Amino acid sequence: MTTADTLSRVAGEHMLTAESAETQTRRLGLSGYLACFNGIVWREILRYLHQRERFLSALVRPLIWLFIFAAGFRQTLGVSIIPPYESYVLYEEFITPGLIAMILLFNAMQSSLSMVYDRETGAMRTLLVSPFPRSFLLLSKLLGGVSVALLQVYAFLLVAWFWEIQPPPITEIKLFTMYDAPPFLPPILGSVTDPIVTPLFAVPSFMQSFAGYLTVIPALILAGLMLGSMALFMSSVIKQLENFAGVMNFVIFPMFFASSALYPLWRIREASPLLYEICRLNPFSYAVELIRFGLHGQVDTVSLLIVVTFTTLFLAAAIFAYNPSKGLIARRGGPGGAA
Amino acid sequence: MEAKSARHPDDIPALVVRNVSHSFGDKKVLNDVSLTVEQGQFVVLLGLNGAGKSTLFSLVTRLYDNVTGEIFIRGFDVRRRPSQALQRLGVVFQSRTLDSDLSLIQNLKYHAALHGFSGREASERAQAALAIVGLSDRAGDKVRALSGGQARRVEIARSLMHKPDMLLLDEPTVGLDLGSRESVVRIVRDLVAKQGLGVLWATHLMDEVKATDHVVILHKGRVLYNGRVPELLSSTGTKLVSEAFRALTGGSDAQEEAA
Repeated sequence: MTTADTLSRVAGEHMLTAESAETQTRRLGLSGYLACFNGIVWREILRYLHQRERFLSALVRPLIWLFIFAAGFRQTLGVSIIPPYESYVLYEEFITPGLIAMILLFNAMQSSLSMVYDRETGAMRTLLVSPFPRSFLLLSKLLGGVSVALLQVYAFLLVAWFWEIQPPPITEIKLFTMYDAPPFLPPILGSVTDPIVTPLFAVPSFMQSFAGYLTVIPALILAGLMLGSMALFMSSVIKQLENFAGVMNFVIFPMFFASSALYPLWRIREASPLLYEICRLNPFSYAVELIRFGLHGQVDTVSLLIVVTFTTLFLAAAIFAYNPSKGLIARRGGPGGAA
Repeated sequence: MEAKSARHPDDIPALVVRNVSHSFGDKKVLNDVSLTVEQGQFVVLLGLNGAGKSTLFSLVTRLYDNVTGEIFIRGFDVRRRPSQALQRLGVVFQSRTLDSDLSLIQNLKYHAALHGFSGREASERAQAALAIVGLSDRAGDKVRALSGGQARRVEIARSLMHKPDMLLLDEPTVGLDLGSRESVVRIVRDLVAKQGLGVLWATHLMDEVKATDHVVILHKGRVLYNGRVPELLSSTGTKLVSEAFRALTGGSDAQEEAA
């Protein structure tokens, strides 16, 4: 039988034959999606737990900032009472949310770089031949990365706990809204310069002492997802990001320093109004603030809105980049740029 | 219509590639490529490095879409019905894709999850797949502890877990010693004979072609020959596949260029 025969035989019939084979098609139901999601997340965690050096370096980095940098700066930099803090806080306490966000950022960049590397070695290709929708696979992969980041964050918070940096007791979960519109935005967006605090619900008394560790979880997941999808998108577009030194210089350092991670924004404003506006344009600032308020049992609505918006945008862009027909993989000439 | 749809589903070819061309920028890597792999057929895709084999595999696995032509896996168009098509496709990639820090069973369970299997079903499928490649006793070992040939066999086991009808292997024996090569080839040929899988085996190693095989010679993005080995030899007036290859491609020697 020649190939031509087979081709003509299949030509007019593939629709019909596809239907007749339909009965053998396994439906990818909800349990299948769940199994797939669990499998991807579990693999990320297993791989992480087997890399002890990675675990240690991820823990040591923020601890150096906390124990050395913050200890040195606590005398030179006083932090006044700004929301969500209700009293003067030590500098260590102020930068803890920033350091948590730094863990998320490092982790996001690392795991997205490993996805680029994976794409070359083929592990990414094994992921992408799964019959599940590609957007679901990428989202699962990102959430796997976020799970690993959460492990690192809680390891850091545990050490910080011994250093007596602990979230305050929380009696009530609140919505916090304060919006100081940048001057270049149209006046219609208005600005709320006095905070509006809306109580949501009370925290049971037995949970109050450690509630901050729980209320921060949604903030961590959201911030992790935003940074992860940003990193995934960037790594699929920008070839130069394939080495980590470039990522440090051009992504991590600028994002981390031009944000509210290390200093309150009003202090930056005193130093440089321009830098202040840059910090306010930096999505990382809002990730930091979301986490800061989350540790205090509060939802910062403006940060929430901005982080959700950026997450959606970055995620859509990353999924677009991996779309087989429109995407950038094909344009780049396949895995590793090799034809 | 009625008569046609009554055709037995076993007749549907495992893989049909029809008139597929692909370019990266100005560079045309695949030029009107057509080939068919029937159920229970072992097809060797023979070509030098850079002939377009990997690009063809990227298109069949839907890493990116074919712009021209069509690709069907068991009658399912990979572009229009990717989920059904990919459920029927097993792939062994050229590069190593196992997690070396994890055990064999952990690697296989991850792959089972990618196809929606969990719990006991995933374990059973993993055990069954390991049995096929003769590595059941190594299930708990880390992949790091395996030899190159054993790791390849695990990758074959992995590609079989969701019971595909079509198996793609991209240079599966590259870098393996002779004994490992033979065992990998034997396992795959057994699958074709006993389980009726369609196999597309991409290689540049001429000695992997058996006298009765169906062979597709891909050179600079074009199919130069598509048929059985005896006809290949008689039409080119040669005695060896490597000589026939040289005659068709105009002098280039696969073994030399690839090495």
